Amino acid sequence: MAQHTASHGAHEHGESHGSLKSYVIGFILSLVLTAIPLGVVLNGWLEGTAAYVALMACAVLQFAVQLVFFMHLREEKKPRYNLLALIFGIIILITIVAGSIWIMMYNQVAH
Amino acid sequence: MDRIKEFASTFFVTGDPLIYGADVAIVATMAAVVFVLTYFKKWTWLWREWLTTVDHKRIGIMYVVASLLMLFRGGVDALLMRTQLAVPNNQFLQPEHYNEIFTTHGVIMILFMAMPLMFGLFNLVVPLQIGARDVAFPFLNSLSFWLFFFGAMLFNVSFVIGGSPNAGWLAYPPLSEKMFNPGVGQDFYIWGIQISGIGSLMTGINFIVTILKMRAPGMKLMKMPMFTWSVLSSCLTIIMAFPILTVTLALLFIDRYLGAHFFTLDAGGNPMMYINLIWMWGHPEVYIVVLPAFGIMSEIVSTFSRKRLFGYKSMVFALMCISVFSFFTWAHHFFTMGSGADVNAFFAVTTMIIAIPTGVKVFNWVFTMYRGRISFPTPMLWVMGFILCFVVGGMTGVMLSVAPADFQFHNSYFLIAHFHQVLIGGVAFAYFAALTYWWPKVFGFKLNEKLGKWAFWFWNVGFYICFMPQYVLGLMGMTRRISHYGWDTGWWELNLVSTVGGFLMGIAFLFQVWQIMHSIKFMERDATGDPWDGRTLEWSLPSPVPHYNFAVVPTVDSRDAWWEEKLRRERGEAPAPQPKLEPIHMPKNSGIPIIMALCWFVAGFGFVFDWLWMAIPGLVGVAVCMLVYSFSYKTDYYIPVDEIERTEAAARGAV
Repeated sequence: MAQHTASHGAHEHGESHGSLKSYVIGFILSLVLTAIPLGVVLNGWLEGTAAYVALMACAVLQFAVQLVFFMHLREEKKPRYNLLALIFGIIILITIVAGSIWIMMYNQVAH
Repeated sequence: MDRIKEFASTFFVTGDPLIYGADVAIVATMAAVVFVLTYFKKWTWLWREWLTTVDHKRIGIMYVVASLLMLFRGGVDALLMRTQLAVPNNQFLQPEHYNEIFTTHGVIMILFMAMPLMFGLFNLVVPLQIGARDVAFPFLNSLSFWLFFFGAMLFNVSFVIGGSPNAGWLAYPPLSEKMFNPGVGQDFYIWGIQISGIGSLMTGINFIVTILKMRAPGMKLMKMPMFTWSVLSSCLTIIMAFPILTVTLALLFIDRYLGAHFFTLDAGGNPMMYINLIWMWGHPEVYIVVLPAFGIMSEIVSTFSRKRLFGYKSMVFALMCISVFSFFTWAHHFFTMGSGADVNAFFAVTTMIIAIPTGVKVFNWVFTMYRGRISFPTPMLWVMGFILCFVVGGMTGVMLSVAPADFQFHNSYFLIAHFHQVLIGGVAFAYFAALTYWWPKVFGFKLNEKLGKWAFWFWNVGFYICFMPQYVLGLMGMTRRISHYGWDTGWWELNLVSTVGGFLMGIAFLFQVWQIMHSIKFMERDATGDPWDGRTLEWSLPSPVPHYNFAVVPTVDSRDAWWEEKLRRERGEAPAPQPKLEPIHMPKNSGIPIIMALCWFVAGFGFVFDWLWMAIPGLVGVAVCMLVYSFSYKTDYYIPVDEIERTEAAARGAV
């Protein structure tokens, strides 16, 4: 690092930052995954539980697409700190959502 | 004219002589600061050397100074409360004023005193301990500091402009909603904390990256000093917990500003949800501030016992466990909410479990001292005070975790005594220990031992006199946040004793101020750079540390790297050949962080008063600052070798 002259524009990172192809695939996938929920809700393709499931599925897939194609999760070199941080984050996320539902559902004051 | 008068009477806080006194003091202090800076022609110096600096050591010093000022304000709040409660039916503070004071006391002590003091210590110590020349993102570091600073200022301005928040330190709805709190106080609360919260989050990210990526060659994770480990675990908790706070307060703001119903009593809202969410941040938050305290204890105990830390691996394991488990105990703050036996049982058990890793640490410190050659300078005294106080505080915590019993303790003075015991006896004592311990590294001279010991004893004696009676008062039925009580309650004597203890701690603070001033006046330069015979890398540097830290980045092959090096020198082994000096790559100072944070302040102030003409330009300013920084390319420079040689020769001249 210290040997390089820091000139702008020149990337000196060892890691790959994806190719045009992977970016285009990611972009199209995320567009599709955005269009499906919109269609489901606006056109009334699905109703009730089926609609919820479809929306949730699209959201989770969208999350995966972002991580793989734009956050370059697969290309990380070892040690995989980003992956570890992500797993920790997901654990906390599940705790927040499931914990809140659990605590609030049996809330005797609210009922 | 009348309109101006009318505006001023709502804009400024009026009515209380205490407030007018404070107004005069604030204006006089500001005038004095401006005068001194102008008279001694120090404005350029201030701007170049401090306000725009990206040097982690200077940012650390600014954090510490700001947090000590906040300690003063929070402490005055505490003494006002204790004065009010000293006798029954006291007319010293009106109930409304009392509400404001306990709210600002809590917010300031946790968010604007403990947090910045902690960040100050991170900045002062971590890069030096791991052999780095700065943090991973120096610009971001400066931005974090200024966001904290202006967030804190925005919160403090509410004292004289607009009115202080008064809904408790966590602003529970429905009291904090527009319906019951139409003034601007709660908006000051929201924006002050939001702005400084962004800074906290960025500091968390910054130090995780610094610790993971910038360690000296050879320093494996399991060879890191314990304080660095504790900072890592604290920062991991920060990056997971602070987003929850930001979202929760944003929802509250939407409720207040746009009339939504997330936490209102009507239209499907539920105030309990706020309490649930805020404690998901609030509980990890107390671990965020206490984890570095554990690291500090470990460093100091092993230095002054002149032994390696006992149970290094179990300590690391305990720290990391707490980082994760701290997210699974939040409901113990509202056992009485009525979520049912299952929920309460689960969170009671998790709360008891999290006491285990904490207990492990206490044993590790005690075994580190066992058969060590112990000496008792001030930092070590603080450790003694800490261990005793923290063990008792932890025990009462376990008592509170018993859900059925908690229905008795909940929101009583028992609780107040418990959390002050862990936050003063745990966090504050540890941070004072750290300040005394690392002071010579930062400034190049030790603090006066004698005055330090006076301060220590006043703090400790004052603490027990103040808070032990409060445990009893809690069991006698005194609830928190009451401003008046009658003669018939029988609480008078214990409250009076408690107030005496509070003032003893006030005197202790004065001793600390005196200690610092005295030590500056009769400064005895420490020429060795290693006044305590330390064990970790920071003590291998001259004090104060040159701004590039390490002329040559050290290679580490064991824990306590500097101690091992000293042993090698004692044995007369030839030191490893020093590589040739090379130009050092350093970040340039930048004025953007302070300007950007100022823009945030303007935007926040605009939102508080619902003045969009002010809020929008503020936000535009923030965006412009980001753009300008994105397009500035010359953010770094090289220190030439001959300058390094000159600096090193000057710094090491006395060795």
